[in-house]
Amino acid sequence: MFDTALSTNDLIFLAKGAGMTLIVTAISVFFGTILGIIFGVFRYQVGPWWAAPLTFVLDIFRSIPLLIQLVLANAFVTTVLGYRISGFAIACGVLSLYTAAYCAEIVRGGIEAVPQTLRRAARSLGMTWGQDMTSIVLPLATRVALPSWIGLALGVMKDSALVYIVQVVELLKSTQILITRLQEPLFLLMICGLFYFLISFPIARFGGYLEKRWSND
Amino acid sequence: MIEIENVRKSFGPLEVLKGINLTVAKGEVLTVIGGSGSGKSTLLTCINGLEAIDSGRILVDGVEVHAKSTDLNKLRQKIGIVFQQWNAFPHLTVLENVMLAQVKVLRRSKAEAEAEAVKQLTHVGLADKIKVYPSKLSGGQQQRMAIARALAMSPDYMLFDEVTSALDPQLVGEVLDTLRMLASEGMTMICVTHEMKFAREVSDRVAFFHKGVMAEIAPPEQLFGAPKDPELQKFLSATH
Repeated sequence: MFDTALSTNDLIFLAKGAGMTLIVTAISVFFGTILGIIFGVFRYQVGPWWAAPLTFVLDIFRSIPLLIQLVLANAFVTTVLGYRISGFAIACGVLSLYTAAYCAEIVRGGIEAVPQTLRRAARSLGMTWGQDMTSIVLPLATRVALPSWIGLALGVMKDSALVYIVQVVELLKSTQILITRLQEPLFLLMICGLFYFLISFPIARFGGYLEKRWSND
Repeated sequence: MIEIENVRKSFGPLEVLKGINLTVAKGEVLTVIGGSGSGKSTLLTCINGLEAIDSGRILVDGVEVHAKSTDLNKLRQKIGIVFQQWNAFPHLTVLENVMLAQVKVLRRSKAEAEAEAVKQLTHVGLADKIKVYPSKLSGGQQQRMAIARALAMSPDYMLFDEVTSALDPQLVGEVLDTLRMLASEGMTMICVTHEMKFAREVSDRVAFFHKGVMAEIAPPEQLFGAPKDPELQKFLSATH
């Protein structure tokens, strides 16, 4: 028969890890999205030349593996600058910028997908740039960008497993700790996977729901 | 009154308006005809400031459109424009399409805007479509919605830029009927069009544009009956 040393306390320990994954993801996706919108609108608005420095920085965040970014950011902030700052803060900061780098591209693509003729129609009705952006561009770009953004959010959640490197005990790290102690890797990884699924599934479904709701137009 | 004084406009090396002089009086219906690339559509987008001009000036009720001090958003409330592509906002219902700018720009209350939208949509024959999304409408219906959307802003002038060119032939009639109705109600209109019969019927004057120049302008019976400009004669014989 199936037998395990996994106790209720261990499960609670895993759930706490899942909670940490959720918090790090939520904070990073929230700030990353806000920054991404600002960067994306800026890039679209000023054109490729003026946005080149920003694009370059965002490209760095997109092309260097997250693990390396975390290690370097941690070393830079704590050793070079000498700030005593928690691994949690480093993790959220790096993941936010990482999210923003991808989100900026999604936002720019979404804005570009809104036909110029629609925007011209809005302006010709006397609407200002801001009114055009909020009433026409934002809702239409959101529809285009949503699937990519959901993908990004789910990706960031899984990538957040890497923040163990700055001593943040999230879901995967919690699982590894238990594996070391209980020596039941397959069973524990299954539970860990289940936790990830439980977090991801509602997000994916929510995205599907929104897409469906918006498809009437 | 719309006064256009020696307006020049180039896109890169291509000069599309070569010194246009034109005055449109209140209540007048002017149609503009001419081949593609003659500058007639560009003129309309210059009148409401969507395009900058290189020299000359355009005055709408005495306000210079391209002056730096001019509040273009405010000026555009006076000048409705409807394009070849109807540009319905796809995420809003027909009613919301017509309400949006009223609420945002004119700061009308929702109830006022809705009442005005229903009135204008009824006017163009779309009273039964107010709750649907534009994707459920035919091209002609979407174009009439665009007209209602512009009219709901209570403009003093309406500019129509080849509003039937993108429509299936059987849908052209319903849109032209809407324009005829507006003309008969005394709306000041500038219509860029390829519909010669329509131009002949509704216009007070017809202007013929050729290669960025207004080659001839006259009342329709004169312009169509006894065209003087050789290019216009060629154009008319080709379109008949």
